[in-house]
Amino acid sequence: MLVAQDLAAQRGDALLFERLDFALRPGTALFVTGPNGSGKTTLLRIVAGLTRAQSGRLTWDGIEVGAFDAALRAAALFIGHAPALKEELSAEENLALLVSLHGGSADCGALGEALTAWSLARQRALPARVLSQGQRRRVALARLRLAARPLWLLDEPTSALDAAGIDMLCEVVGEHLKRGGMALIASHQEFAPSAGTTHSLRLQ
Amino acid sequence: MSEAALHPPAIDDSAWRGVSWALARDLRLALRSKSELAVQLLFYVIVVTLFPLGIGPEPGLLRTLGPGALWVAALLASLLALPRLFASDFADGTLEQIALSPHPLPALVLGKILAHWLATGAPLVVLSPLLGMQFGLEGEETKLVVIGLVLGTPTLSLLGAIGAALTLGVRGGGALLALLILPLYVPVLIFGAGAVDTLRGGIAPTGELSMLTAALLAAIVGAPFACAAAVRIALD
Amino acid sequence: MSAHSVNWFRFASPASFPPLARALVPWFAIPSALLAAAGLYLGLIVAPADAQQGEVYRIIFIHVAAAWMSMFIYMVMAFWSAVSLMFNARLAAMMAQALAPTGALFTFIALWTGSLWGKPAWGTYWAWDARMTSELILLFLYFGYLALRNAIADARRADRACSVLVLVGVVNIPVIYFSVQWWNTLHQGATVSLTAAPRMAAIMLTAMLLMTLAAWLYTIAISLVRVQAIVLERERSVSWTGPAEASQ
Repeated sequence: MLVAQDLAAQRGDALLFERLDFALRPGTALFVTGPNGSGKTTLLRIVAGLTRAQSGRLTWDGIEVGAFDAALRAAALFIGHAPALKEELSAEENLALLVSLHGGSADCGALGEALTAWSLARQRALPARVLSQGQRRRVALARLRLAARPLWLLDEPTSALDAAGIDMLCEVVGEHLKRGGMALIASHQEFAPSAGTTHSLRLQ
Repeated sequence: MSEAALHPPAIDDSAWRGVSWALARDLRLALRSKSELAVQLLFYVIVVTLFPLGIGPEPGLLRTLGPGALWVAALLASLLALPRLFASDFADGTLEQIALSPHPLPALVLGKILAHWLATGAPLVVLSPLLGMQFGLEGEETKLVVIGLVLGTPTLSLLGAIGAALTLGVRGGGALLALLILPLYVPVLIFGAGAVDTLRGGIAPTGELSMLTAALLAAIVGAPFACAAAVRIALD
Repeated sequence: MSAHSVNWFRFASPASFPPLARALVPWFAIPSALLAAAGLYLGLIVAPADAQQGEVYRIIFIHVAAAWMSMFIYMVMAFWSAVSLMFNARLAAMMAQALAPTGALFTFIALWTGSLWGKPAWGTYWAWDARMTSELILLFLYFGYLALRNAIADARRADRACSVLVLVGVVNIPVIYFSVQWWNTLHQGATVSLTAAPRMAAIMLTAMLLMTLAAWLYTIAISLVRVQAIVLERERSVSWTGPAEASQ
């Protein structure tokens, strides 16, 4: 379980938010909404451990965690704005690299399945350079199923996705929540996972 | 409240796997951008060639100058190649994923630096005997320059990586990186080029070579941690 | 936690430090001026002319003080940088930032006075001796720090990046000094060195010590002044909702 207490964040001179509290329990997804610049991405990065909060504390499984905490790195999967794909490598190679970076392992079969599930079967051997934004987003999201992590941190996962992609995302997140996983999702667009409870947090 | 809801299957977070992951990936990427690497190698060649052009072709003078020129050019070439260590990963978001990986960041960074040296430093070393001929270096002296570069260029990559991480995404990058790193390069330059002078004085350059080795070992142990800290700071 | 230690942590917060700094400045500035006056009087007027170098050697009173301070300030910067990284303390990083320009200044003064001394004493403005060469590299290290700080827009990132830079530098400084020493003996043998100063009469030593002490107090005073400006500039937009707390 993830608990945030009294979080405050600053970007340069601007105070983005303060006194933020929330608790994320297994089986729940928390949607973070708000206008541009309200700090959604910053909040996600703080939870992921990339940025330090100005003040407040974050607890994972009862233990307080700081930036780049080892426990959190093993438990969370962060997918940010950038899809983190190398242009020169194929979709499949990229996916394999990311999965093993996350400490998991995936054989050809599993990779193929994941890409097919996201309608990328024909693109698996193409260099990422030629993929569209939507396709890159799908490759990035394909690793959600392969790297089994309890906590998902998704920053604008629906960006560049078409309706079919969003449906797939709902299904994947729903599965995850049903198995007891948790998700913190920053999104302009709220979508309904196929299972699990959803809460909303609005930043001003 | 069951915390056992979803416990992840055992995750591989070993340091060795981290090093090999980064090494294999970066080498693969380097091999797919061979032309870029060739350009950097040519830079080395051109800089070395500038010295005789600036000083004149008198053989005695060139012989004296040779080792120093080769080393200075190696330093500058190393400096030129450094930004490519992190720039691409930083730009496409991979560096964030690397920093958040369960593998220890210093291990991943070490793998990257090793790959970087193999792609940019090692070719330099291989080419040096050929360039040494431009200065009339041969035999024992050339061998010493090569050994020195083998010991020294990885140290340059390791130290330079710290600078590259500190200046990620910062304006004035290249020149700033040079200002930060070149003072740290001075000892490597002194011992590397000085070894040949010692040899010319009739003494075996064991002192200089030991210093270079010690510097390399210290850099291998210390630089990945400093570099990892710098990467985390850059991602903040 | 005793009331005394809570008190200190309160001053470790950037918001409450400027008043303390302002109060402390005269305590360092005035003694510094007095000691400098005393040192200069002893060195320039009372101390006898040197047998070999005549009046020219008197520049040593400024040169040595500047050289020692240039090294010492870097060490202090390294200390504050380590503190700021270990405790995530912003004020410590600001202290390092406040010290840097003075450190660079003293390094430059050491180089300049050393060069001026070299010309009449050894016939050349720059003799590539080990001490001066190391001092030159130290100047580059200071410039690097200032340049990095200037180049990074976000103050907090700049704090941390510069802290790492200084710590890497401080670890390398002994190596650099040693290697330059080696280089010097390798190429010139044991020859001229600006540290081979004229035999010191006790009064000359006293003058040098007074000047060094004066430089040290000056450094503290000017850094306290500078850190006030840094704190005010950096904390101007943050609203303090309650009693100042040490940054967490």
